[in-house]
Amino acid sequence: MAAPSSSGADRAPFDLAVALRDAGMSALGTAGLAFPILALRAEQDMSNQLVLQQRWPLMLIAAMALTALWSYVIERVAYRPLRGSFRLAPLISAIGMSIFLMNFVQVVQGPRNKSIPPLISGVVEIPIGSGSITIAWKQLIIFTVTALLLGAFWYIVQKTPLGRSMRAVEQDRKMASLLGIDVDRTISLTFVIGASLAAIAGALYMVRYGVINFADGFVPGVKAFTAAVLGGIGSLPGAVVGGLLIGLIETMWSHYFSSDYKDVAAFSILAVTLIFMPSGLLGRPEVEKV
Amino acid sequence: MSAAPALAGVAGSGRQPGKPLLTLSGVETFYGKIQALKGIDIEVREGEIVTLIGANGAGKSTTMMTVFGAPRARRGTIIFDGRDITRLEPHQIARLQIAQSPEGRRIFPRMTVYENLQMGASINNFAHFDEDLERVFAMFPRLRERAQQRGGTLSGGEQQMLAIARALMSRPRLLMLDEPSLGLAPLVVRQIFDVIAELNRTQGLTVFLVEQNAFHALKLAHRGYVLVNGAVTMAGAGAELLARPEVRAAYLEGGH
Ligand SMILES: Nc1ncnc2c1ncn2[C@@H]1O[C@H](COP(=O)(O)OP(=O)(O)OP(=O)(O)O)[C@@H](O)[C@H]1O
Ligand SMILES: [Mg+2]
Repeated sequence: MAAPSSSGADRAPFDLAVALRDAGMSALGTAGLAFPILALRAEQDMSNQLVLQQRWPLMLIAAMALTALWSYVIERVAYRPLRGSFRLAPLISAIGMSIFLMNFVQVVQGPRNKSIPPLISGVVEIPIGSGSITIAWKQLIIFTVTALLLGAFWYIVQKTPLGRSMRAVEQDRKMASLLGIDVDRTISLTFVIGASLAAIAGALYMVRYGVINFADGFVPGVKAFTAAVLGGIGSLPGAVVGGLLIGLIETMWSHYFSSDYKDVAAFSILAVTLIFMPSGLLGRPEVEKV
Repeated sequence: MSAAPALAGVAGSGRQPGKPLLTLSGVETFYGKIQALKGIDIEVREGEIVTLIGANGAGKSTTMMTVFGAPRARRGTIIFDGRDITRLEPHQIARLQIAQSPEGRRIFPRMTVYENLQMGASINNFAHFDEDLERVFAMFPRLRERAQQRGGTLSGGEQQMLAIARALMSRPRLLMLDEPSLGLAPLVVRQIFDVIAELNRTQGLTVFLVEQNAFHALKLAHRGYVLVNGAVTMAGAGAELLARPEVRAAYLEGGH
């Protein structure tokens, strides 16, 4: 084919999945931050669970707004100036931002664990054959919320004009602008959406573990990245499969070996995937003529 | 969005050149230190087909992209419909209903044909989307058959059709085409040029056409400009340029 391909530089620097992951990574720490701050406020007020149970929707919205704002500012100062720079630049910037955020939270909130009273308790028994399995309500709720959000996010990306613009910007930023898409605004919105989702993830983390400190966002962030790499960067179903796999592997590992070293499992997967299967399980096939 | 729909424009056959729609004056564009455009003056009037021909590297594609502000002209002015657009952002320029089928086609490879066409209609918020879709499918029936196929897997010719159809989905007041004949079979080239002529004749669509295929382009266009090394060296009616010995010698050997 005779057509000259347009310069790679126009296409490389914005990757939807990478943007979401960066937004997520830098946001998870702060998300975990916003929710407990508000939770603690509630605790001091009356020191009882009831207040938390009444106020959590408000706190969640506040956490999302705060995290989205953070993320918007971070995109402006730490990513936008690097657009069109070499591919690794935003990643390095993301790591820098993540270190900055953790330290910032440490200074503001102190280095110790913060906790909230349990928000959801109790278990459900599901009878299976002669026996039954027991699942905690909070786990069931986490699972359900995650599934619903995934569905909503998938719908936004695949079916709405905003999602289409996001994909167009990812695939060819310059062409998107020639069709009237405001590239800067689209990327900002992507970060804001990613960060709001991370805020919910942070809140779910609190529901699950009940305690958090300034550095707790880091490991989940890297694991989320591992899940995305394992599933194939750029593939939403891949991220789901990757996440489930990582969870299963960690659980098995803890059961058969030692739970002290379960992070080793996740990080080994990251290394092995990057070396032997860089496009992941469901990564996009590279058969395209452009 | 304000402006009147493009396709209601100028009455067809009796060619009364309309008012100037796009005017480039003294436009200079640089890539770093390299000067690609050395002060060019081009005018496109409403209802006209104007072509820009020139050898490889003359600056034809640069001219088209400069109109969109990517890269931005370092000197000179670009007026569209009476408004200075020299300093606007590319997406703001696109929203004035200037559409481009750029060099290399730039189809979104991991979007379907249908989604690519939806992207073309973004600026008018999908008003009259179905109607416009029917129109481009009637022009290029191939695209209807391929509607759910990914853009990146289309053949070169199909991608070219899609690029033009995508540009038309915005109901442009000015359609800019960068080498629509590139890499296509003569029959398809003929078909695409027929479509352009038809749109211009029946709906008064204004077209700015960049071509290597000077013979076809000059026959189709009302007026043409010859670009050499970033400067306009000749301008005139299409037929007139076609008759000039210099043009024939430089751009038309080997016929069409
Ligand atoms: N991104 C760029 N960076 C540096 N120089 C460039 C760039 N794009 C184009 N040029 C240079 O500018 C000049 C004009 O290029 P342009 O693409 O406008 O030519 P053209 O007339 O469209 O050629 P062709 O018929 O081959 O498409 C060429 O010398 C080219 O090398
Ligand atoms: Mg060119």
